Amino acid sequence: MPNIFAFVESRGTDVRKVGLEALTAARAFADKSGGGEVHALLLGPPGIAARAPQLGQHGADVVIAVEHPGLTNYNPEVATATAADRIKSGGYRAAIFSTSAQGRDLAPRIAARLGVSVVTDVLSFELEGDTVVVRHPINIGKVIATLAISGSPAVIAMRPNVIAPVQNAKAGRVENAQPAVDPGSTRVKVIETRQGGAGKLDLAEAPVVIAGGRGLKAAENFKLVEDLASAFGNAAVGATRAVTDDGWRPHSDQIGQTGRLVSPELYIAVGISGAVQHLAGMRTSKTIVAVNKDKDAPIFKVADYGIVGDVFEVIPALTEAVREAKKHH
Amino acid sequence: MKIAVCIKRVPDMDVRFKIGSDNVSLDEAGLKFDINDFDAWAVEAALQLKEKNAGSEVTVISLGPDVVQETIRKALSMGADRGIQLKADRVPFDGFPVAKALAEELKAGSYDLILFGKMSPDSSNGVVGPMAAELLGLPCVTAISSLEIANGKGTAKRELEGAQEIVEFQLPAVLTVDEGLNTARYPSLKGIMAAKKKPLQTKPAQLAEPQVVVRKLELPAERKAGRIVGEGAAAVPELVKLLQTEAKVL
Repeated sequence: MPNIFAFVESRGTDVRKVGLEALTAARAFADKSGGGEVHALLLGPPGIAARAPQLGQHGADVVIAVEHPGLTNYNPEVATATAADRIKSGGYRAAIFSTSAQGRDLAPRIAARLGVSVVTDVLSFELEGDTVVVRHPINIGKVIATLAISGSPAVIAMRPNVIAPVQNAKAGRVENAQPAVDPGSTRVKVIETRQGGAGKLDLAEAPVVIAGGRGLKAAENFKLVEDLASAFGNAAVGATRAVTDDGWRPHSDQIGQTGRLVSPELYIAVGISGAVQHLAGMRTSKTIVAVNKDKDAPIFKVADYGIVGDVFEVIPALTEAVREAKKHH
Repeated sequence: MKIAVCIKRVPDMDVRFKIGSDNVSLDEAGLKFDINDFDAWAVEAALQLKEKNAGSEVTVISLGPDVVQETIRKALSMGADRGIQLKADRVPFDGFPVAKALAEELKAGSYDLILFGKMSPDSSNGVVGPMAAELLGLPCVTAISSLEIANGKGTAKRELEGAQEIVEFQLPAVLTVDEGLNTARYPSLKGIMAAKKKPLQTKPAQLAEPQVVVRKLELPAERKAGRIVGEGAAAVPELVKLLQTEAKVL
């Protein structure tokens, strides 16, 4: 019964939702391969080990907690060395990461150090004997590839939001460990992590995403989108490439082929025509709503529900209605 | 500064793709190809550094069949100095053999800076840059959206989910480029003429056996047709009702 390794992403002393998703995926992998153990690596500043019980509840049999004052910010070289050493010595069948900014940075380095390949943005996986078979979108999601991974350990990074974190009442064993290299000695140092607005939900993690396009006409009109997002209470705000190129919103808010990929429960496109490059970033959303004054806009072809109309009339009315609906919950 | 930029030729994504008869490759008929956007931004970053640092040289490297020479010429016409084609019949999906072949070539060049695009839209895997960095044993910063280099040290910004990281690194280093770093220049007519005379060397790529192979390609299920709920603010109550009772998201 092979054991499975999971890298659990954290920021500061908080475990990120994508980290719990990686853990849930690792648990499913272990169960599919005969019920081996899941070993979760958690790196961070002093205090991070206190999160171990949370990891146990999400499927970790062993939590390897590495606390160090030098790990307040992400340190790619420490994370690579510590994870690679552990994976090598642990003889794991698979190592599971998240397809986040950090997971994309880390998983390929670790795989290269282990001498194996890596597949990111994994939608699902199955085991067939010694082969791990995964589904992975290519060509901006217009084609789905089924890939066979023959190397061992299989290194995969799960797409956010495709696996819901599963909780069960179980506590994992905690092992305290040291960083494999001194965080003070690395050649790459993150000197600062600048957080977005307090309590700001991330695009990839928010259950509801409201995105604005050129139809909003000016940067200040994004307030309409912000207001709708706050009426939902669990929504993040995104934008099209046209809008971020014009500097109305930061590049990090861009949803699309070259920007962020999102697949929330509900996606509301406000004044977005639906260029191919934008659709690439949001077409896997569960429910899509579009509001646009042009009834022929391509966004209506992917939208479950559309309203043809002026966003300056429809969005304030929708904001009010959502606020009302939330009140009665 | 000696700068290398690794670039990839990719199809234009603004089409309806067709799966080839073998079910594991795309039908390339009618597809238009160009340099990957992220790689064009990497070339631009290299050219801006070259302009600031007299005596610098920019080498572009692409792995693939002879058609990649066209992509290399494009980078040369933007202003890169020389090109290297690592010749292979095709570019495998698996980024690891590609990273190994590139690392082998890069090792010989003793570059101060090696740039990659953060990913390519065709394979959408985004692993070649950091894998090559690891194989070369070099410091690596991925998905940068700002870059400053002075006195053998660099500072870059990375966009995270809801945050940014400010990263310092030592040279030589490998960087992968995100959108927002710059806007790629168009080749000038003069640049296009000059590119024809710039050196472009072809060498066989040393491609190891892939560990990831494409077993099947398929088109995702189309979204089922949606509907127009109505026009203007008058349609809002109906939309809210549908979100509550049908989609159950409110």
